[in-house]
Amino acid sequence: MSEITTISMQKALNLALADSLRADPKVLILGEDVGTLGGVFRITDGLQAEFGSQRVFDTPLAESGILGMSVGLALAGYHPIPEVQFDGFAYPAVNQIISQIGRMNYRSRGTMPMPITLRMPSFGGLRAPEMHTESLEAMLAHVPGLKVVSPADPQQAYHLLKLAASMPDPVMFLEPKPRYWQKAEVDVTNPGNLQGARIAREGKHVSLIAYGAMVARCLQVAELAAEDGIEVEVVDLRWLKPIDTATVAASVAKTRRAVVVHEAPLTAGLGGEIASRITEACFDTLKAPVERVTGFDVPYPSGDLEDEYVPNVDRILFGIQRVLTYKRLGA
Amino acid sequence: MTQARNERLSTASTLEVPALALSSEQQRELYQLLETVRHLDLSAIAWQRQGIIPGYAPERGQEAAQVGSAYAMNRELDFIFPTYRELGVARAWGVDMVAYMSTHKASWHGGLYDPVASRFAPIQAVVGGSVLHAVGWAHGQTLNGPLNTSTDEPQPSGKYGVAISYFGDGASSQGDVHEAMNFASVFKAPVIFFVQNNGWAISVPTDRQVAGGSVAARAAGYGMPTIQVDGNDIEAVYAATSAARTHAASGQGPVLIEAMTYRRGPHSTSDDPGRYRSLDEERSEAGQDPVDRYAEKLQAAGVVDQTFLANALSNAQDEEEQVRAGVIALGSRPGQEMFDFVYAEPTAELKAQAASWREESEHV
Repeated sequence: MSEITTISMQKALNLALADSLRADPKVLILGEDVGTLGGVFRITDGLQAEFGSQRVFDTPLAESGILGMSVGLALAGYHPIPEVQFDGFAYPAVNQIISQIGRMNYRSRGTMPMPITLRMPSFGGLRAPEMHTESLEAMLAHVPGLKVVSPADPQQAYHLLKLAASMPDPVMFLEPKPRYWQKAEVDVTNPGNLQGARIAREGKHVSLIAYGAMVARCLQVAELAAEDGIEVEVVDLRWLKPIDTATVAASVAKTRRAVVVHEAPLTAGLGGEIASRITEACFDTLKAPVERVTGFDVPYPSGDLEDEYVPNVDRILFGIQRVLTYKRLGA
Repeated sequence: MTQARNERLSTASTLEVPALALSSEQQRELYQLLETVRHLDLSAIAWQRQGIIPGYAPERGQEAAQVGSAYAMNRELDFIFPTYRELGVARAWGVDMVAYMSTHKASWHGGLYDPVASRFAPIQAVVGGSVLHAVGWAHGQTLNGPLNTSTDEPQPSGKYGVAISYFGDGASSQGDVHEAMNFASVFKAPVIFFVQNNGWAISVPTDRQVAGGSVAARAAGYGMPTIQVDGNDIEAVYAATSAARTHAASGQGPVLIEAMTYRRGPHSTSDDPGRYRSLDEERSEAGQDPVDRYAEKLQAAGVVDQTFLANALSNAQDEEEQVRAGVIALGSRPGQEMFDFVYAEPTAELKAQAASWREESEHV
C-alpha cells in the first residue's frame, strides 16, 4: 500500500534521518546545533529527543573537527551523518573532505571505507549573509572517492537521503535551501529508481538539464515555454558524481537541443562537463551547440544582487531561444 | 637551547607518572626493538641511496620515543594513528615491515599492510589530519560502551580502547590539531596525543614553530593533563605512556604527552640539514643517543652484557636483510588496483574508465 503525504522538503529530510537512525543503530548525527535546537533549518528537529544525545550530538564550532571526527567514527564502525550548517562553512573542512574522506578507502586498499553522509544546506535564494550561499558542487564532483547528490523536491529528498545513509561510500548531500519549505507529495513506500538522473518533465524540442533548486525553476520555464508551443524536457540530474550520461544523452538524442542550467560560476562548472558529454554522445544529432545558463565568475553576491546572478526565467528562456534559432554556417 | 628545553621539561608535567618496574626480560626486549629500529631506519637511507626506494623520512634520534610509547599500548584494544615518520612505532607494534616500507617504495600510498587488522592507520602525509581521526575513533569507543575486561590481567586494560595519535612540533601548528584537542576534551575521548618534539619542522626550529613555550603548555589550555618527558629515555617514555593510557582507558579523557627528542638526520632523503644547522649545533642539542644510552644503562644494571648486545646487533642485521630482500622483491602493483579501491561500491562510470584503460594499455 502506498503511503502518500504532502510535506515540505525540510520535513522529508527530517523523516529520512529519523528512519535512518531507526534502521541502523550505527547511524549518528553530529554537527553544530543539531541537538536541542534541531539545526538552524530544523532538519534534525526532535531527533535528539527521540534517539538520545549519544546518537544525535552537538559539536564544538569547527567544521574540520566535525568531518575529521567523522572519519574516526567511520573507522570505529559507525555511519556518521555530519551537518555543516551552511555550504560555505564546508571550506574550512576541505582538507578533511578531499585529503581524508575522499581517499581513505583508496589509501587503505579498501579496508577503511568511509560511510559518511555529509549534509550541506546549499545554493542561494535566501538572501543570506556571505558564505551562507555557495554552490560548490563542481569542486566536490571533481574529487575522486566522493559521490555527490542533490535532491530537487521532497520525494527525492526523502528517498535519496535514506539511500545515502545506507551507502558504504562518502556522499556529499547538497540540500537546496530555497526548496526547504516547498510542500509536495511524498510516497514514503515507493522510492522509485534512485540511480542516476530522472526525467522531471517530458518534451521534444529542447532538453533543460539542471539539479537542486534549479529543477523547479526549469519546470516553471517549461510551463511558460509550453504557452508558445515549445515542449521542454527537464532532466533532473540528481547525481552530480557520478553523472548519468546515458539519461542525459537519451534526452538530447530525442530533442537534439540542450541547455544546462546551474547557479555556480560558468568557468570549470558542471555545465562544461555536461556539455562535453552531450557533444561526445550526440555530436551528429545536435542541431545547435550546447548552451549554458549559469551564474557568473564572481563570488556569490549579496542578497540584493542574488536575483541578477542566479539564472532566472528570462535568462533560461534566452538560452532556449539561442539553441532553437541557431543557424549553421552556410546553411 | 638544550637547557631551556630541559627546563620546560621539568616544570610542565601535570599528570602523575607512577614508577614502573620493568622486568629484565622486558628491558632486553625493549633494547632489541631499539636496535632493530635503528638498523632498519639507517638501512632505509642506504636503500634510498642505492635506488631500492625513491625516498624515506628518517627517524634517527626518535627510537626511544617511538618504541617506548608503542610498547605501552594494548595491541588488542587500542588503535594507532601515525604520520609518515613512525617506523619505530610500527615495528614495535608488530606491523609487517616490508608492507610498511612499501609506501616508501611508492607501491601504495598508505602502505601494503592492512590498517584495520594491524590497528595501525595508513601512513599520513597531512600531519594534522589524522589527529582528528584519533579523536573520532576514540569517541566511538565511548559510544560502544565500557569493555568487559578481565580483572586478573596484570595491568588492567580499563573501560575503553585508547587511540594514540603521533605527530610532531610542526604538525602542532595545524588547526586540526587544536580542533582535535578541543573536541577530545569536550567529549572526554580516550585518546593520547603523542607529540614527538624533535626540534625541527623540516628546516624550522621549534622556537620558530611553537608559540607558548611548548606543545604541552598549549594542551593545558584545553584542560587536558599533559606529560613532558625526556624522549631519549625509553623507560621514561614507557612509564609516561602507560600512565596516560590508564588515565584515558578509565574514561577520564585525553592526555597529551610531549616527548622531547631530536631529529638527528634530515627531514627526508631529499633534505639538506647543512643549509639550516651545523654539526656543532646537532651535537650540542641532540643530547645523548637514545640507543647508546639504554645500552649503557642496562649494562650498568647487569641486565645485558656484551654478548647480548652483539646478538641484538646481529638479530637487527638479519631482520634488516630480510626486509631489504622483501622490499626488493616487491613488484609493481597491477594497474587495475588504481581503480579497485576508490569506492566500496564502484560507480559504473569508474568501471567504464577502468575498462577503457585496460583496452588501451593492453593494446601495446
